[in-house]
Amino acid sequence: MADFLAMGGYAEFVWSSFGLTAIVMVFNVIAARRRLRVSLERISTRVAHQVRTAPLQQANGKEAIES
Amino acid sequence: MWTWFHKLASPPHFYRMAGLLRPWFFWPAVILTVIGTYGGLVLAPPDYQMGDGFRIIYVHVPSAYLSTTIYGLMAVAAAVGLIWRIKLAHAVAASAAPIGASFTALALGTGMLWGKPMWGAYWAWDPRLTSELILLFIYFGYMSLRASFEDVNKADRASAVLAIVGVINLPIIHYSVIWWSSLHQGPSIKKLDAPSITGDMLWPLLIMILAFTLFFAAILLYRVKAEVLDREQNSRWVRDLVSGEV
Repeated sequence: MADFLAMGGYAEFVWSSFGLTAIVMVFNVIAARRRLRVSLERISTRVAHQVRTAPLQQANGKEAIES
Repeated sequence: MWTWFHKLASPPHFYRMAGLLRPWFFWPAVILTVIGTYGGLVLAPPDYQMGDGFRIIYVHVPSAYLSTTIYGLMAVAAAVGLIWRIKLAHAVAASAAPIGASFTALALGTGMLWGKPMWGAYWAWDPRLTSELILLFIYFGYMSLRASFEDVNKADRASAVLAIVGVINLPIIHYSVIWWSSLHQGPSIKKLDAPSITGDMLWPLLIMILAFTLFFAAILLYRVKAEVLDREQNSRWVRDLVSGEV
C-alpha cells in the first residue's frame, strides 16, 4: 500500500494530477447545476412579477402598453 | 426524418429530452472513470523509462483531447447557428465554452505536473504548450465577449464569429509536435497505425477518454437546458414550467 502511494517516487505529481482532475470534474457539476438554478429563479421571479402587475396593466390600458 | 429533426430541435422537446438523457451519460461516465482510474493506477505496468510518473497520461490525454474536441464542436455549433439561425445551436456553443475552458486548464495543469519530473520544468514556451495556452485564452475571450452583450441574440452572433476564427488554432495545436521540434512527445495512439503503447497501458486510457467524453455530454446537456430557458423565457412553455415550480 505504501509502495502504491509512493508511485515510484512520483507521488506528488501523480496524485496532484488526479486530485486536480477530481476538482475540475466536481466544479463542472456544481457550476452547471448553479447555472440552471439561477436561470430558473430569475425567470420565475419575472413571471411572478408579471402575474402580480397584470391586472394593473389592464386597468391602465393604453399607458401600460406604451411604456 | 425532417419532422423528427424539427421535433428534436424544438426547444420544449429538447429541454425534456436533455433532462431524460443526462443520467444515461453521467452515470456511465462515473463508472468508467472509476474503472479507468483503477486500470491506470493499479493494473497498468510502470513505464520502462518514466516509471510510475507516466500514469499522469490517464488524466492528461483525455483532458487534452476534450480541450480541442469541445472547441471543434463549439465552432461547428456556432457556425450552424449563424448560417441557419438555429437558436439551439447557439445554445450548444455557449454551453460548451466553460466546459472546454475547464478541460483546457486541466490539460495544462496536468501537463505541467508531467513536465516538472520529466523535463525538469513546469513550463516552457514550447509550441504545443503555447498553442494550448492560446486555446485557453480563446475560450476566455469567447466567454467574456458573450458576457459583454445584454441581448443574447447579439451575443450569439458576435461570439460565433470569434469561435469560427479561433478554429485556426486547432491544426496548430495538433501539428505543433510535428512542425516544430518540441519537448512534447508525438501521439501514442494513431488512427491508421498500431498504437505505440502496450495493451495493458492502452485500455485504461481508452476507457478514460470515453469516460471524459460521456461526462462532457452530461454537463453539456445540463448547461444547454439553462441556455434554452434564457432564450425562451417569454414563451408559453417556459412560463408554465416555472409557475409549476414556484
